[in-house]
Amino acid sequence: MRAMAARDLSPRRAAALGLFVAVMLLLPLLVNAYIVSVLVVVLFSAYFGQSWNIMTGFAGQLSLGHALYVGLGAYTSAALFVHFGLLPWLGMLAGMAVAALAGGAIAALSFRFRVGGVYFALLTIAFAEFTRILFDHFGWVGATEGLFLPVANLAHDDPLRLRGSPRMFYYLLLALSLAALALSHHLLNRRVGYYWQAIREDEEAARALGIDVFRYKVAAMALSAAMTALGGGVLAFYDNNLYPDTVFAMSRSIEIITAPIIGGLGTLFGPVLGAVLLTGLGEIMTNLSNAAEISGLKQWFYGAALLAIVALQPSGLWPWLRRRLGLEEGRR
Amino acid sequence: MLYLNIIVSGLLTGAVYGLMALGLSVIFGVIRIVNFAHGEMMVLAMYGAYVVNARLGLDPLLVLPLVTLALFGLGYALQRLLINRYIARPDHEQFLLLLALATIITASLLMGFGPDARNVQLDYGYDSYQIGAILLDKVRVFAAGGAVLGAAALWSFFRFSRTGKAIRACADNQVGAQVVGLDVKRLYAVTFGLGAACVGAAGCLLLLLVDVQPYIATDYTLLAFIIVILGGLGSMPGALLGGILVGVSEALAGFLVEPSLKSAFSFGLLILVLLVRPQGLLGRA
Amino acid sequence: MSAAPLLEVRAIAKRFRGLQAVDDVSFAVPAGGIVALIGPNGAGKTTTFNLIAGAIAPDSGSVLLDGIDITGRRPDQACRAGIGRTFQLVKPFGGLTVLQNVMVGAFTATADRAAARQAAAEILDRLGLADKAESAARSLTLPERKRLEAARALATRPKILLLDEVMAGLRPTEIDRMVRVFSDLARDTGIAILLTEHVMRAVMALSHHIVVLHHGQKICEGTPEQVARDPQVLECYLGHGQASGPAPA
Repeated sequence: MRAMAARDLSPRRAAALGLFVAVMLLLPLLVNAYIVSVLVVVLFSAYFGQSWNIMTGFAGQLSLGHALYVGLGAYTSAALFVHFGLLPWLGMLAGMAVAALAGGAIAALSFRFRVGGVYFALLTIAFAEFTRILFDHFGWVGATEGLFLPVANLAHDDPLRLRGSPRMFYYLLLALSLAALALSHHLLNRRVGYYWQAIREDEEAARALGIDVFRYKVAAMALSAAMTALGGGVLAFYDNNLYPDTVFAMSRSIEIITAPIIGGLGTLFGPVLGAVLLTGLGEIMTNLSNAAEISGLKQWFYGAALLAIVALQPSGLWPWLRRRLGLEEGRR
Repeated sequence: MLYLNIIVSGLLTGAVYGLMALGLSVIFGVIRIVNFAHGEMMVLAMYGAYVVNARLGLDPLLVLPLVTLALFGLGYALQRLLINRYIARPDHEQFLLLLALATIITASLLMGFGPDARNVQLDYGYDSYQIGAILLDKVRVFAAGGAVLGAAALWSFFRFSRTGKAIRACADNQVGAQVVGLDVKRLYAVTFGLGAACVGAAGCLLLLLVDVQPYIATDYTLLAFIIVILGGLGSMPGALLGGILVGVSEALAGFLVEPSLKSAFSFGLLILVLLVRPQGLLGRA
Repeated sequence: MSAAPLLEVRAIAKRFRGLQAVDDVSFAVPAGGIVALIGPNGAGKTTTFNLIAGAIAPDSGSVLLDGIDITGRRPDQACRAGIGRTFQLVKPFGGLTVLQNVMVGAFTATADRAAARQAAAEILDRLGLADKAESAARSLTLPERKRLEAARALATRPKILLLDEVMAGLRPTEIDRMVRVFSDLARDTGIAILLTEHVMRAVMALSHHIVVLHHGQKICEGTPEQVARDPQVLECYLGHGQASGPAPA
């Protein structure tokens, strides 16, 4: 069963969440710089997965082109910073607005013309790839040469200007991810969450129950795009360099969606679990295959792991783990 | 005349694209599965032809029947043993399954051949035919001819053979096909096999025209998507028409605008078609 | 039919590719009334439902609810205007619980979750699904799914409930139970009901008024007794052995 809205936080669930947050808060203080950098990747993946999950996991519209919104968020905030010195957080707000407009427009166009299912999924790829190629020729943001942010060597972290250590980004992303978790939980328990899930399960029935399906689908896409763009903005200031072919890459879109699917599509914690597992797996494979000096070994194991998961737990690992840990929503 | 040359050359390449996309279209039209590993399967076929050429010096055109048969077997087995279990599952699970297959294929090729580009050397590689003012590359003519033959063979199979007719019945009405006692599982496996055979043949033909390396697979998967949506997912003539359209538009865009913008053209065309006529140019409403 | 009609269908028509599915059909449902739409397969019953509920737009004619013209409104608008419908082929939200299914409907009447939950629980109780509230909808049996359809539609607080063959596939005891549920519902809440049904036992027991369709046209209407005696109806419909004749409730 997917996406059961939690009715109330049972003591056991509250304790598990508290433990998780405590571990995540303490972790960067206990491990070396390399592990912190891996954890940053985990949190990016978790946050993007959570953002995508709203569109596909809750509202049931398969988007395969979410790199588009990462890129719009990243480029908008970075370009405004480079060209006008605009404060990153303001630039990220602008990026969210741009992405929400783009996502809303794509959704509105598609759903108005009754493009759905796999056609919609392929259309989202097309828009992402189209934009990637446009940015390859967009001189103002550096085209294929890339857009670079000046690196300042500060003695201390400056969260306001988003300059600082990986550890600062870690906490920032942790906050974003927890906020996304809270927002997702909140939305699922409100009318809009029920409506999205109804649309996911059966559009025609949803419509017959008075739901303006078109409006709610467009809203899901706009929100999901805006959240993704916020993460894209942070990514820009973490990476300090942007190339269309990596920021908008199809492979990024695929990475964004694999973690939540592996973890459990439509569940609250699935994207986080999926991010931990996939990033962890990826790192181990990278180290192993570097040691073995065989190119392709990492991808091979990665593909085999995906295959194993889709064969054994096609609805994701979190629903299974949740049962094992006795953390299911209270049934009364 | 230069334009005419470019258009004809795009047309010929487009025929090969069409055969590749035909495979995707047939699989979707019957099984309702989007083969996200389509480009990967074609690149696998290209490496197959490359290896035989490198070892035995055989022309890819001569290896084509063998590679096509091998891909048919691969497709048949994949559908029968693996994909069939997912036909009633949600879209995202099918996507993940085929993504896993695609990743494994690309990784295996990387492990076997490394990331470098490979190609075949043909003694007629630089020959050309002159028809009036039009200059045609010999390899392109061969490739297009092969593609047209392949498409015709597939069409005849669906039109005249018992199995082909049964598959068409199955695509129209799966439940009905089961009721009259057709072995739907086997027919699906044959269908996926045929779809794979299309990329097997298309891969051999394309190897005459381009280099191959493992990472280009995704580009071909996307290209196949563009083509079948242009022509109409599930429509056989649509796939060929889409392939030719994309071939010509790529050739023209590469010449008139900038080579790096040629796929933007195709994606733009795709977006336009999806929004104006979502069922594709020749798809049924 | 003395009261002013709650639902009025005026000369609606719909043509599909040369087939006149519904041809100039008019009838009315009074407030609190239970009207049955009957006829052999392909008579145009479900199409008429779809025309009323906005799933398809009529070629001509109009649909009035409480005197307001709702012709051609989208299904969600028709629902919010006061039309609750069920589907012949049930469409449960399989991944949600039974209670959540009904809450989706209840959210049309209120945005507050506690209120929606309360309303949904009451409706489940009325339809005898209270003990299934926390089960996944996809785990329900067919009779339970049929009741869930009705429960969900009811939760939108409709003025009129459209029941599309909710008795089909049920055993006689279940049919009697459904008949009781719906006649109690109409009596207690004053809701109007328009139903299509093949199960004549239910039609005769439940409805105050019957409209008979054949080949998309209305061939007769009246009380159950009148309809059962109508020679045209006997000819086209009851004569085909589908009916068990008038049966006491």
